[in-house]
Amino acid sequence: MLIIGCGNLDRADDAAGLRVAAKLREMGVNARQQCGDMLALIDEWSDAEEVILIDAAITGAAPGTITTWDARHTPLPQDCFPCSTHALGVAEVVELARALNGLPSKLTIYGIEAGNFEPGDSLSPEVAVAVERAALVIAAATHWSPLLAALPKSA
Amino acid sequence: MSDTGHKSRTIKVDCLARVEGEGALFIQLKGDKVTDVKLKIFEPPRLFEAFLRGRHFSEAPDITARICGICPVAYQMSAVHAMERALGVVIDPAVKLLRRLFYCGEWIESHALHVFLLHAPDFLGYPDAIQMARDHRELVETGLRLKKIGNRIVSLIGGREIHPVSACVGGFYKVPSEPELRALNEDLKWAVEASIKTARVVAGFDFPDFEQDYEFVSLCHPAEYPLNEGRLVSNKGLDIDVAEYEDHFVEQHAKHSNALQSMLRGRGSYLVGPLARYNLNFARLPEIAQQVARDCRLAVPCRNPFRSIVVRSVEMVFACTEALGIIQAYTQPASPRAPVAVHSGVGFAATEAPRGTLYHRYSIDDRGLIRFAKIVPPTSQNQKRIEEDLWHFVSQVASRPTDEVTWKCEQAVRNYDPCISCATHFLRLQIERE
Repeated sequence: MLIIGCGNLDRADDAAGLRVAAKLREMGVNARQQCGDMLALIDEWSDAEEVILIDAAITGAAPGTITTWDARHTPLPQDCFPCSTHALGVAEVVELARALNGLPSKLTIYGIEAGNFEPGDSLSPEVAVAVERAALVIAAATHWSPLLAALPKSA
Repeated sequence: MSDTGHKSRTIKVDCLARVEGEGALFIQLKGDKVTDVKLKIFEPPRLFEAFLRGRHFSEAPDITARICGICPVAYQMSAVHAMERALGVVIDPAVKLLRRLFYCGEWIESHALHVFLLHAPDFLGYPDAIQMARDHRELVETGLRLKKIGNRIVSLIGGREIHPVSACVGGFYKVPSEPELRALNEDLKWAVEASIKTARVVAGFDFPDFEQDYEFVSLCHPAEYPLNEGRLVSNKGLDIDVAEYEDHFVEQHAKHSNALQSMLRGRGSYLVGPLARYNLNFARLPEIAQQVARDCRLAVPCRNPFRSIVVRSVEMVFACTEALGIIQAYTQPASPRAPVAVHSGVGFAATEAPRGTLYHRYSIDDRGLIRFAKIVPPTSQNQKRIEEDLWHFVSQVASRPTDEVTWKCEQAVRNYDPCISCATHFLRLQIERE
């Protein structure tokens, strides 16, 4: 299992994915951050069977809304993930990887609806709450559930 | 028969994502006759020159690097060279070579991005690289691997691949060790071969029969293909020290554009970038790159801007070869940076960004604070020339179906790999037919 948070720390809510990864690390869950060239994702996940990617999204929902996509089976909407024209964004890289048969066996995208992409390092209040919630959901789904399941049943 | 007739028609193409920055192209046709062409850059001014005023000279490389995510090294190199000229700093030859390698890394990543992912789809008939990848997997994988090698060079020297942090006035804050750079050896050997194959592949594309009488402008250096040093030279008699730049070049404001248009005084538009560098510096390319150009039947001078994809590929051969030579001979500098004594002064520099000549001028006071900054990026220098290309090119293709004209115009803009700005997403194309 590979968990990667994507985004830009200097553009307000665009940092949401990176903040989730940081939060997961605080919780003892291994998570990487990708804030450079998103094309590097194709290499990063080349040896992983299962990948979770977290990024800011723009779907038209209320800021802080968390949307998930099963990207292995459904093409990602190209206009939902913010990106610079200088580089490919998460959605373009996922679709490029699909065209090159380079997707992991399981790829789940968590999109956190952004409300503000202005310069600066402050998250919108709703997005800050969503970051905490997304980190808990991902930690529970990937680590705690198996641990809980492995605990001996009480008599 | 054309579908144009004399009807009024307007075509809009939104979200043309293979051009960097936010702008629009406006073309007006009366029948098949072009009556107006405007490259509209409506992205707001970014005010970097004003941000720099009052900042310490040592901050200029890191502030200006933020202008561009794809060519931050170019901004850093022009900034450090201008400051070093203002302050009379002498650079260790080993540091100069490291800077050259740093720049090669940026050329490789930028040219690979443009050749494989932005421009090749035009020639192969795909709307984008993703759809092209389904049919041309090997081509795209080659591009991605070349780009990654460029990224690695920038990252190793600059600390990170985008907006690197190690370059400074006098040299670098930290330099890589010999084993760290030698680790690139096998990748770069592969990259030389891959870029040679790439040049041969793209040379086989179909190119419109379109040539213009450009004034090509680039740095020229007696001993090397230009990156960081040289005089500014053109094919029409310009041959100046960079300090004379503003005696010969003037920026003008066009009402339809937020980017200033640069012109040669009394002569008008000119062209900077790969085509200009290649035409003015062919003899300084390594023999292997010259041979590839000959094998590709690439003329010198090449006046067809659509063939810039071949020229970029030849420049990738150069950059990979140059990088390989530098890492094989690399000896870690005794000191990563030269000492800098602060005093007031004025410094100028031009270096060769992937898209062309990038000019910086700074005035600093006796505390080392920047009093004035002027930055002229390559795309503002090419902006007028792009419009002129379109005036002539649209006339050639105007009788064809509108969709085809639109496609060809977008392609003509992409010949220049324009970097309209660094933070926005699309170019809108509008053709009006009366």
